[in-house]
Amino acid sequence: MNKTVLILKNEYLKRVKKKSFIILTLLVPFLFAGVFALVIFLSINNDKKERTIAVFDESSLFLNELGEEGMTKYKFIPKEEYEQLKSNMKGSGFYALLYIPNDIYTNNIAQLISEKQVPFELNEQIERKLSRYIENDKRQKIINETGIPDLEERLSNTKTSIRLSTLKVSVTGETQKSSSAIAFVASYAMGFIIYFFVFMYGATVMRSVMEEKKSRIIEVIISSVKPYELMAGKIIGTALVGLTQVAIWIVLGMVVLMVAQGFFTPESAQQMGQSIMESQQQMNPAMAQVAEPNKVLEVMEMIGNLNIPLILFTFIFYFLVGYLLYSSLLGAVGAAVDNEEDSQQMVFPVTIPLILSIMVLFPIARNPEGPVAFWFSIIPLTSPVAMMARIPYGIPTWELLLSMFLLVLTTIGAIAAAAKIYRIGLLMYGKKINLKELFKWLRYKN
Amino acid sequence: MEIFSARNVNKVFADTKALTGVSISVNKQSIFGLLGPNGAGKTTLIRIINQITAPDSGEVFLEGRQMTRADIEHIGYLPEERGLYKKMKIGEQAIYLAQLKGMSRHDAVKNLKKWFEKFEIMSWWNKNIEELSKGMQQKVQFITTIVHQPKLLIFDEPFSGFDPINANLLKQEILQLREDGATIIFSTHNMESVEELCDHIALINKSVKIVDGQTDEIRERYKSNVFEIKYKGSFNVVNQVLNNQFKILGHVENNRINQITVEYSHGKSNNDLIQALIPVSEILSFEEKIPSMNDVFIRAVEEANKQAPLNLPEGEK
Repeated sequence: MNKTVLILKNEYLKRVKKKSFIILTLLVPFLFAGVFALVIFLSINNDKKERTIAVFDESSLFLNELGEEGMTKYKFIPKEEYEQLKSNMKGSGFYALLYIPNDIYTNNIAQLISEKQVPFELNEQIERKLSRYIENDKRQKIINETGIPDLEERLSNTKTSIRLSTLKVSVTGETQKSSSAIAFVASYAMGFIIYFFVFMYGATVMRSVMEEKKSRIIEVIISSVKPYELMAGKIIGTALVGLTQVAIWIVLGMVVLMVAQGFFTPESAQQMGQSIMESQQQMNPAMAQVAEPNKVLEVMEMIGNLNIPLILFTFIFYFLVGYLLYSSLLGAVGAAVDNEEDSQQMVFPVTIPLILSIMVLFPIARNPEGPVAFWFSIIPLTSPVAMMARIPYGIPTWELLLSMFLLVLTTIGAIAAAAKIYRIGLLMYGKKINLKELFKWLRYKN
Repeated sequence: MEIFSARNVNKVFADTKALTGVSISVNKQSIFGLLGPNGAGKTTLIRIINQITAPDSGEVFLEGRQMTRADIEHIGYLPEERGLYKKMKIGEQAIYLAQLKGMSRHDAVKNLKKWFEKFEIMSWWNKNIEELSKGMQQKVQFITTIVHQPKLLIFDEPFSGFDPINANLLKQEILQLREDGATIIFSTHNMESVEELCDHIALINKSVKIVDGQTDEIRERYKSNVFEIKYKGSFNVVNQVLNNQFKILGHVENNRINQITVEYSHGKSNNDLIQALIPVSEILSFEEKIPSMNDVFIRAVEEANKQAPLNLPEGEK
């Protein structure tokens, strides 16, 4: 045990002191902050380019007026000029050419001609303008025909949008506000975090084993410590490196956030908020509702209503056991192979379940009760990721216990098998290793 | 006094016999040569001593007790394939390896500094191993093998990669270690160093121990009654006199001094030969030819292979 601590310490310090670790750990939060800032910056300073669009209005519906919006201006032109521009737009100073045909009222089709690909936003803006105008026109006509003066108002009152406020009934009969959107985000995020860390640090364990084998120091080491002490030290040490990294990211992330808050003036923050809201409204009206003030409280309440202790517990459980399972398997692979190329071949079959589980993460989060969700969260090699995607929705206790039980059982088996492969593989050189060979090793006696 | 022994050790890998009923006994403060052709099973035996692999049957004893995992702290092992962490400072690395052998950090630093100074490599302390030449790395590795003052040292080809000066330095250190109380098991193909260093040898061939004993005694055992005689006188006359009693294997004449190599036939003694020679020549020197370790090795292995030729494919791992 004492030696495991020594190995763990050495493994930990070696990795934490590495330049690449320090750089990556310090850089990632800034990188994220930078990308985020860039996106905000671009969305604020978007469309600083002045654009004039030539409009040929064959229908004469728009009466030479489309108004200005943002940096975009509209200039109406006669037919002759339109014909001329259509064949040669270069040097005209117009960004694009809008052709409103005679039958727009019935066909709902107009044409935008340009040299370059027109930005999505501009496209939308024009569509919106034209639709709104024609809509108003049609509406006015109806008002005129029916003679009901407040028809407009009465019609707009008929607009209805139903939101489902989801309540969950707990065993005790209490109802709680829940939100499938929040459960969705939470489940997706947790599944992904587990996948990411298991993969990344499992591979680190493997490389560490390979390094010792390749440099031949392994024979000296295992004449000092037992192979399983070595493996345990490595796996725990690497896990601590991962936790250190996450801890630094959290702290740095908070610092960056605070600095960013101080950096942006209230005005720019407001502007930023507005531009984000606008873009959200355009993209998805439902999401914009979340940002309404009274909704924010509701969201907070919903988050609070997720079963946080259960989620935290299962997250830590699946994270640790999943990591243990995969890092011991990958450690065994590292011990079995001699070189990088062989390791690539061996890593793939070992990590297929992990890759599969991240592939089904989205379907599971959308339908957490389906057969895919059930089986992937019960089968041990996929359950660390898949089960996390189901937890926020609530899950029958027996399923959770079964999944945990199977995972622990498999992990114990995997560690035993890995330890055996590890012990044999460490001193085996110059042999081409495949899965068949590994299964043969498992049958070896000491 | 015996410090280490292996008793009737057997080990079979999937399709190869690595050790068959091998027993050795190593005396305290001696240098024990473990010899054998490639793939004979030496490394397997060494790994069993180091508790890296377990024997299928048989036992190993250290200081009279059956060896346990805890005993490996009393062993220093220099494997044939050397290696250190490439991206770790030499000093830190040496401390780490010493700690793994059960030393406290404080003692490790103290002892290491002593050895680094002795080998005049203190300036390497903060270097990475990558920056050193192969021979320099060997020095570091040698120190990491002995720094925890093990009772039993196992050196597998310790001189490979050393230039003659450093090899000699190493030889002196090994002798000094024995002087200071350590026992050394020494595996090598360099027979000259075996003659120089080993008190006792065991020769393993195809998983079986075929020779075991004191180095001098074994060479004595493998001598084949061949003598080298220098004399003044006529070779023809000597040849005639000896021909019916002794077999002349070789003859060199240089500056009227003859040198002949003679093998005794059955039942003849030194005195018979001298008596035959005295009347016809003036004897200058008379010396029994003791086979070199190299000769012993080759003869022993060849004889063993002749006796069990069917075993042949097994040795080829």
